[in-house]
Amino acid sequence: MTGLAFHIDVSSCSGCKACQLACKDAHGLEAGRLWRRVVEVEGGEWTRKGNAWCSTVFAYTISLSCMHCERPACMTSCPTQAIVKRADGVVAVDGGACIGCRYCGWACPYGAPQFDAATGTMSKCDFCADERDAGRPPACVSACPLRALDWGPIDQLQARHGTLAQLPPLPDGAQTGATVVISPPARMSPLSPDCVQLANDEEILR
Amino acid sequence: MLSRVLSSLGAMVGGRPLRAEPALREGDVTVVPSGCAHNCGGHCVLKAWVKDGRIVRLTTDERPDLDDDPQLRACPRGRSYLRRIYHPDRLLHPMMRVGARGEARFERVSWEEAIDSVAQAMVRARDRYGPAAFLNMHGTGGASLFAGSRMSQRLLNVFGGQLNHHNSYSSAAARWATPFSLGTADAGHSPDDWVNARLILLWGFNPTETVFGTNTSYRLKLARRAGARIVVIDPRFSATAQALADDWVPLRAGTDSALMDAMAFVTISEGLQDQAFLDRYCVGFDEEHLPAGAPVGASYRSYVLGLSDGIPKTPAWAEGYTQIPSERIVALAREFARTKPAALLAGLSFNRRAYGEQPVRGTVTLAAMTGNVGIPGGSPGGVSYSISRSLPIAEFPRGRNPIPESIPVFTWTDAIVRGTEMGAADGVTNLPEGQSRLRTNVRFLFNTAGNTLVNQHANVNRTVRILGDPSLVDFIVGIDQFITPSARFADVLLPAVTWFEKNDICGIWGHGHSLIFMNQAIAPLGECRTDYDICAAIADRLGVGSEFTEGKSELDWLEQMVAPAREADPSFPSFDEFRRRGVHVFKYERPHVAFREFRADPVEHPLATPSGKIEIYSQRLADMALEHVPPIPRFIPEWEGGPWDPLFEKYPLQAFGRHYQRRTHSIFDNVDWLEESQPQRIFMNPIDAAPRGIENGDLVRVFNDRGAIEIRARLTRRIIPGLVDVPQGGWWTPDERGIDQRGNVNVLTSERPTPGARGNAQHSNLVQVEKVRA
Ligand code: SF4
Ligand code: SF4
Ligand code: SF4
Repeated sequence: MTGLAFHIDVSSCSGCKACQLACKDAHGLEAGRLWRRVVEVEGGEWTRKGNAWCSTVFAYTISLSCMHCERPACMTSCPTQAIVKRADGVVAVDGGACIGCRYCGWACPYGAPQFDAATGTMSKCDFCADERDAGRPPACVSACPLRALDWGPIDQLQARHGTLAQLPPLPDGAQTGATVVISPPARMSPLSPDCVQLANDEEILR
Repeated sequence: MLSRVLSSLGAMVGGRPLRAEPALREGDVTVVPSGCAHNCGGHCVLKAWVKDGRIVRLTTDERPDLDDDPQLRACPRGRSYLRRIYHPDRLLHPMMRVGARGEARFERVSWEEAIDSVAQAMVRARDRYGPAAFLNMHGTGGASLFAGSRMSQRLLNVFGGQLNHHNSYSSAAARWATPFSLGTADAGHSPDDWVNARLILLWGFNPTETVFGTNTSYRLKLARRAGARIVVIDPRFSATAQALADDWVPLRAGTDSALMDAMAFVTISEGLQDQAFLDRYCVGFDEEHLPAGAPVGASYRSYVLGLSDGIPKTPAWAEGYTQIPSERIVALAREFARTKPAALLAGLSFNRRAYGEQPVRGTVTLAAMTGNVGIPGGSPGGVSYSISRSLPIAEFPRGRNPIPESIPVFTWTDAIVRGTEMGAADGVTNLPEGQSRLRTNVRFLFNTAGNTLVNQHANVNRTVRILGDPSLVDFIVGIDQFITPSARFADVLLPAVTWFEKNDICGIWGHGHSLIFMNQAIAPLGECRTDYDICAAIADRLGVGSEFTEGKSELDWLEQMVAPAREADPSFPSFDEFRRRGVHVFKYERPHVAFREFRADPVEHPLATPSGKIEIYSQRLADMALEHVPPIPRFIPEWEGGPWDPLFEKYPLQAFGRHYQRRTHSIFDNVDWLEESQPQRIFMNPIDAAPRGIENGDLVRVFNDRGAIEIRARLTRRIIPGLVDVPQGGWWTPDERGIDQRGNVNVLTSERPTPGARGNAQHSNLVQVEKVRA
């Protein structure tokens, strides 16, 4: 398995969204269309102890695009076969065949495909095909001020960073065979991961 | 001219593939090296992809990304710049006010009419009040070498002079207080030294959101990778805490000095202080090392142990103020005292509080007690970002001002209302012989690339009452790119270009180690002109054109400004080559360690303090006898700080305005991509929201006696209960009732200055929050 994948280093992501914005710039995405989004999660709690506040609060952010899955739910849901999985592992929409029914957007557990009102078709992260053709890394990767994003063949990324492909509140990566490697945050809650909460709904749910 | 620039640059980048999307594949794109230089301390690379005279894309640094020379990657703000350049609200033509001042009713006029009108008003005001009635507003929107308020500063000087101002809105108390301890405000190490630290305390320091120099956060990540433990002390679980910290110590905002005093108590009572260092290098730590005239019991040690006031500054004592569990204070104090070397890197947040001078000097005291001064991996505290190793560049000359006197910048509204009453007690400096007060009130305001006129100054409702009164203010000139809340108050408003429509050099803030040439990429939009051109045109109309320009063009000035770089660094390229490359990085033999020589030999290399030593006790401060600025740093409970203030009963929440990642101060507030990524909200803890019936997303009213704002609430656990955060920089947008609808925190802030610097204390506020019911 050598498809292209992202490494998302959640342990040093600050949630700044330079990645999201570089993606918008590279692909001319108007406000409201996000091929890359940053999910913010918080957990832990504050408790009173006399005059003091004790805190177990923590937070982390996951910079999320399309997972370029092995078994793409978007692809199987598409009535016109407008979504293809290319040889390099990249899952892409063929704008010509897309009828804009949005099924893929609903089917994708990550909500990655985004409706383009101007063309009436779906659009999504294509792993910056043009950038890679031109010999440059994907725009999001080369934007990150903290160098928290990387990319490459999945087997190489796994050899370096392990095989974690899920972190709350993301869905189970096994469902669609998400092709991604995640480094977890250093500060996870001492509590169960169920205690974490999505903290920035309004910034990512569109 | 422009096309010549573009074609020459085009030829130079010809070797690179320039494609991003099919439309750009025809080889019809030119990539122009430029940058971003707002006043965030950043100096970031942006390359403009120009097609048919329009920028279609912005990429960032593509040089190799090395640990000792990391790429200068632009932050989210820079990455959104397309949406700012081509914003539909760009100010494209000169405008003249037609409504009442501040109403934002303007009429388009020609450049000639606009310049005439400004020049006539200037002559009128000079003849009537003299040059000391002119004030060039603090403005930092253009923080490159050749833009912004320094242009109008020069204009006013060549025209006859102006009232000076000192301090800034960023670091007034910090830069005022640090020299009392260290003899200079430039006390930082270069960031490449941080890898030598074993412990780094980021105290009220949030560079991941503020930026504070490109790669400041990344350097901290590298330090951590090299083995440093990082502890963040902040009332918010900031982005810095999230991405970089091993540990986070939340505290009640504004009680930093109480934590410092208690850490000192633990250190002293457990005998962990570096006594040899204190004995040799410091004044006033203990009774044995007080200056001759100091009273008994005046030492820091006596204060901390309670020998002078009967109150030992124990962790339990500090817990009451800071809300940090006392055992946590003990652990932090021990860790800081025992881990060597350790760097205490303080941000500027606490210097913008009621008694901002105290924690600034407190950081120096802690650094000295632990012997972390003058060694690699350490830090002397104080203004610990500003290093004495500055870039070899010549500044744009501001000209000679015949008026010597200077006001603390934060008191400029007072200089309008009661200038002729203001003297030394108000912080006025450099009064000439025989003059004890300002000679005139300020009557004429020149506001270039700044939003301090309204938006960023404290107590907006008060400010706009003053500015709107034509009997107080004769004339306001605005130079801007948008009709900001400040620009609304201009009588004549002149449209300025963005970086991408002009040539400039970015080399800001002392700790940077690079210069970036910002090449003009596109023709100016509309009738926009550069700040330099605009001021040159006004100077010309006033008959002092050649004094202003010295016959030099924009490029002449820029070439002159980098001349020292070539002298200092033989590898600095020719001017043309520098323009082509865009970036020059200065290489240094070793990291800069502040006070290295002093540490090696304090007699041969004394500090610039009166004693030549680190002055934990400052005789100068003792002699000044200012209320609330004692000779030793110490905790003073703030006004509008907590339950000890009677106002707390009415306004039981602290409010502050952090620097938001999506803006540089107020710049970028109107950029849609950034509003999408980080919307303007009030951030509050669910513990404070619940009893008020406030749920996530609710519209709330935040108010105190100074004013009210209405804004949507984001409930988050990332902030200590009792504190609400309205990120600073939202553009003041009053509705018909005068209630701001954009979350401008300065509607709530106070014009009361800090006692020493007379700087802004805009983070000290008490408010109430209530749900707005439909
Ligand atoms: S640019 Fe990097 S640090 Fe910022 S949100 Fe994206 S991945 Fe995280
Ligand atoms: S993440 Fe969603 S859009 Fe991307 S391949 Fe998987 S299912 Fe398809
Ligand atoms: S790879 Fe390209 S398209 Fe995909 S998220 Fe990154 S920048 Fe966007």
